[in-house]
Amino acid sequence: MATRTGSARPGRRTRRPGAWLGWLFAAPAAIMYAVFVLRPLLLTVQYSFYDWNGIGASTWVGLQNYTRLFTEPEQLATILHAFELILFFSLIPVTLGLFVAATIRGIATSRLALVARTVLFLPQVIPLVAAGIMWTWLLSTTGLANELLSAVGLQGVTRAWLGDFSTALPAVGVIGAWVLVGLCTLLLLAGMSKIDPALYESARLDGAGPIREFFAITLPSLRQEIGVCVTVTVIAALASFDIVYIATQGGPGNSTMVPGLEIFYLAFSEREVGQASALAVVLVLLVLVCVLPIQRFTRDGNR
Amino acid sequence: MIVNRRETLIGRTLLVLLMVITVVPFISLFVTALHPSGTYPDGLSWPDSPQWGNFADAFRSARMGELLLSSALIVAGVVPVSLLLGTMAGFAFGHLRMPGHRIGFLIFVLGLTLPFEGIITPLYYQIRDMGLLNTRWAIILPLIGLFMPFSVLWMRAHFVTMPEDLSEAARLDGAGTWQLFRHVHVPLARPALSSLAILLFLWTWNQFLLAIVLVDDPAKRTMAGALGAFQGQWGTDIPLLCAGSLLILAPTLAVFLIFQRRFVAALLQGSLKG
Repeated sequence: MATRTGSARPGRRTRRPGAWLGWLFAAPAAIMYAVFVLRPLLLTVQYSFYDWNGIGASTWVGLQNYTRLFTEPEQLATILHAFELILFFSLIPVTLGLFVAATIRGIATSRLALVARTVLFLPQVIPLVAAGIMWTWLLSTTGLANELLSAVGLQGVTRAWLGDFSTALPAVGVIGAWVLVGLCTLLLLAGMSKIDPALYESARLDGAGPIREFFAITLPSLRQEIGVCVTVTVIAALASFDIVYIATQGGPGNSTMVPGLEIFYLAFSEREVGQASALAVVLVLLVLVCVLPIQRFTRDGNR
Repeated sequence: MIVNRRETLIGRTLLVLLMVITVVPFISLFVTALHPSGTYPDGLSWPDSPQWGNFADAFRSARMGELLLSSALIVAGVVPVSLLLGTMAGFAFGHLRMPGHRIGFLIFVLGLTLPFEGIITPLYYQIRDMGLLNTRWAIILPLIGLFMPFSVLWMRAHFVTMPEDLSEAARLDGAGTWQLFRHVHVPLARPALSSLAILLFLWTWNQFLLAIVLVDDPAKRTMAGALGAFQGQWGTDIPLLCAGSLLILAPTLAVFLIFQRRFVAALLQGSLKG
């Protein structure tokens, strides 16, 4: 833990010669960050108030790009899709991860669990693009998903999952859930391994069943890990790009269009730089609005 | 620990099930890649005569050699520089704590949640004006900047745990700040540095958005960026697409399996810090 200086070390506060030297060390990092992140970020905000095709002159349009964003159903749908993806990218991996981790807690040191640590990380290691390609094939008309459904007598529901208006977005969500569920499970398991086993023993001796145990001990002790899982997965959902680009390109129609992809199309195909920038600003704010409260809730001042 | 046997059994079954779900897409990709090119194989069926040549074909037409080299060059540009700059800044914010270090660090941390899509448009024009479009620098330089918040956060977390006495002793021996950093603190930071290096390698290798926006030539992109181009090229030839995808994800998979302990530890810690 970082010990705050204060009274314990009085020499720290009185200006030591060369106290500013630290800035020399921080300067190269700060310059790269300023040039390739902060400057573009400010420019995004600036562009968002203009109508610009990227080549000719730009015209100031005030908040018009933003009003379009919230009044045109097509644009608004993009943002709503991102929220629907949160259910798949975040809610499913976190609840499933909690459930699985709680059930396998007892065998956390077994050989099986050791193998699982490697296997469940596989989706985290490969490019998201590769996950997209794999699943595009699995979910295609002749893919494994339909094959399995036919095998159990459900030919009626088989379809091109990513090409159907009603199933495309959930299908994209399933890919995201597949990528993230292993990470969540393992993070939560790691958190559980830090819980004092004596707590469980006394709970069992008091006659608590697995369900009581989960809500009384496991869940409260995992506050921080759950916060991490939710943060990581919510950002992955809101900022999703790779999987959607590969699996559906936003289609069929606009049914899987998400903000990240829409920014890409608006800026680089439709040449509506202002509109793309307004959406980018909204996306950045959305991430902050969703993530900051989670951080507040989980870091109870100990980090 | 008191856990009854039925629960253990359910636990094991669940874990195995989760592992199967994780692995099946990989297996499906693999067996599909062995079918004759141009066919639409059924689910998980093993081909009558496995076409191992598909991998060679995919290797050739994907120009895999060039791709590997390109990705390696990009990684070689991003990772060492990010490590160096991140460590220096982490040292400053975590150990030297110069006046105003709090606000400086806060500004860095703000970049932690930034989606890359949020800045991609102006970044394109900036890189164009710098004359770097279509070069590997177009990926390398922005990535160094974009990884800075995480690198600084990671290294600062290491340096705040370093005892002050260590530096005081070195200073008494006449070490300047740079020597203190170079000869005392960097060697001690090795474990933190190697975990960070692993994460940065992975994120660089798998970077997609910057690669497709800023570089047109697939042979100058990252592996993930190149994969995007092949989907267009082979979109209709499923076995070849699968073989190509496998080749492209094989390097990360290999590195992961070799260094799995470090990787798992780094990935777990990485998400905890992020």
